Amino acid sequence: MSEGWAEVWRMGLRSRGFVIGGVVTLIFILIAVSALIWTPYPVAEIVVSRRFQGISAAHWLGTDQFGRDLVSLLMAGAVNSVAVAIVAVGLGMGIGVPLGALAAARQGWLDEIVMRANDFAFAFPALLSAVMITALAGPGAVNSIIAIGIFNIPVFARLTRGAALVVWKREFILAARVSGKGPLRISVEHVLPNIASVLIVQATIQFALAILAEAGLSYLGLGTQPPQPSWGKMLNEAQTLMFLAPQLAIFPGMAIALTVLGLNLFGDGLRDVLDPRLRRER
Amino acid sequence: MTLFLVKRLIMLAATLLVAAVVVFFVLEILPGDPALVMLGVSAQADTLAALRAEMGLDLPAWQRFTNWIGGVVTGELGRSYTYDVPVSELIGERVVVSLPLAVMALTLSTVIAIPLGVIAASRHNRTTDIALTGAAQIGIAISNFWFAILLILLFSVTLRWVPAGGFAGWDAGFWPAIQSLLLPAIALALPQAAILTRVTRSSVLEVLQEDFVRTARAKGLSRRAALWRHAVRNALIPVITILGLQFSFLLAGTIIIENVFYLPGLGRLLFQAIAQRDLIVVKDLVVLLAGTVVVVNFVVDLGYAVLDPRLRSGGGHV
Repeated sequence: MSEGWAEVWRMGLRSRGFVIGGVVTLIFILIAVSALIWTPYPVAEIVVSRRFQGISAAHWLGTDQFGRDLVSLLMAGAVNSVAVAIVAVGLGMGIGVPLGALAAARQGWLDEIVMRANDFAFAFPALLSAVMITALAGPGAVNSIIAIGIFNIPVFARLTRGAALVVWKREFILAARVSGKGPLRISVEHVLPNIASVLIVQATIQFALAILAEAGLSYLGLGTQPPQPSWGKMLNEAQTLMFLAPQLAIFPGMAIALTVLGLNLFGDGLRDVLDPRLRRER
Repeated sequence: MTLFLVKRLIMLAATLLVAAVVVFFVLEILPGDPALVMLGVSAQADTLAALRAEMGLDLPAWQRFTNWIGGVVTGELGRSYTYDVPVSELIGERVVVSLPLAVMALTLSTVIAIPLGVIAASRHNRTTDIALTGAAQIGIAISNFWFAILLILLFSVTLRWVPAGGFAGWDAGFWPAIQSLLLPAIALALPQAAILTRVTRSSVLEVLQEDFVRTARAKGLSRRAALWRHAVRNALIPVITILGLQFSFLLAGTIIIENVFYLPGLGRLLFQAIAQRDLIVVKDLVVLLAGTVVVVNFVVDLGYAVLDPRLRSGGGHV
């Protein structure tokens, strides 16, 4: 196993997307983690006398309408994005993967039910289910996590089922069956390890989508609530100040785009490395 | 084909029904007392009682559901609590903004993406391909509302060519109305175009490796003719599926984009209805939007079967 990962690592270093995307993603995560213990200025510090400052040595990206340091706000926004995306994708995987694995292991009517439920879930894009949940429970980070998480369940269920069905037809599964292992044990011990790479790749892509969705919800005021900084909320506030301080509308959007770009490049690179069949076609 | 059609129609009806049940359950049963949610805990007892009577909350749940669904089917959608007008009237006023917006965005993204995807594939691994693939990666990473804000910054704040938001209205004439929808449509179209370019590119690349393309070349067709007449036509089948899926993202996207540009469309109506806790409007709009997504995907599935007869015998999913 460790030899396999060393090989993946070696091939990864030769893929441009994997390296660039990986570095960008790593920087984004490091920024988020470091913001937990340190930001250049306290995030909530309001100093009216220094509002709307431009780029300077003291404030690398300037200050906002309350005189808050933009770098500090963006760093705190990264924490919010990572937290929401991790929990939402974790929720989607935590429910979707077992459902998909179960559907593949049992097939028959259970498979049919899971798949029809999936078809149905696609009728509600993340934003629409978020809107329903917010109408019911009010806006907030937790509700937006639930909405984005629910949207992720069918994605992972469908992917797991498809990939698991292929593994179930292999000889070593037959061997495991003959040795008396039940469907549950085979799923956990043999099927899931064999489809892990597909799931990891999808998780990076869903992570990027979750960041976009969270930003969208916060922009609408349905997601993360003030005073907790979030990139989407910052863009919403910046829009009303566009004539005064256009730079406020640029940096948060750039932070979202860079993060999503990094994650997507990393995910694509990872897919190329983990699935050699695809590599030739690209 | 008939059996296939009947099977798909039953599936369509079942999906629509389940969608309606879920929406009804989430917005009418889960809150306990929807009237209390709408009016808040400090509401007067008689106001609450009046709203409960108006919403028919004294009836059993199944009866309320059938009444509601009957209304949705016949277009009698009940009355908005905040606007005090029939919901169907509200939707009628707004759909003339949202529908043209979605159609413009879908057209724009298709017109941009399909040629770019084909060009990228035909110049596989050359500079044009690398540049286009890179641009598509960036396009996917840019959120539509940030792109919208950048468009406003450039065309409204700096160049002052178009207003920063609002809708001129169709009464003001065709062009002013289209003009106010142009930036929003571009903002909605960009991320979709980026995704579609990638899908078209990989689909065309795949088809280009097929034997029939080689045969077409061998019988003397030029590269260009083989590409456009044989490869692209076959490659478009998966592209159409993605187009159907994109329509649902476009509809969801209008919720954000209409708010960025202050357009009085369905998305903004939904957003305002939530802010005002007008559950009657929210319920109708959500079921309408989800229903549209289901129906569009159904039509795409049918189109798929018409294009590729191999799929008719199967379930229609690939």
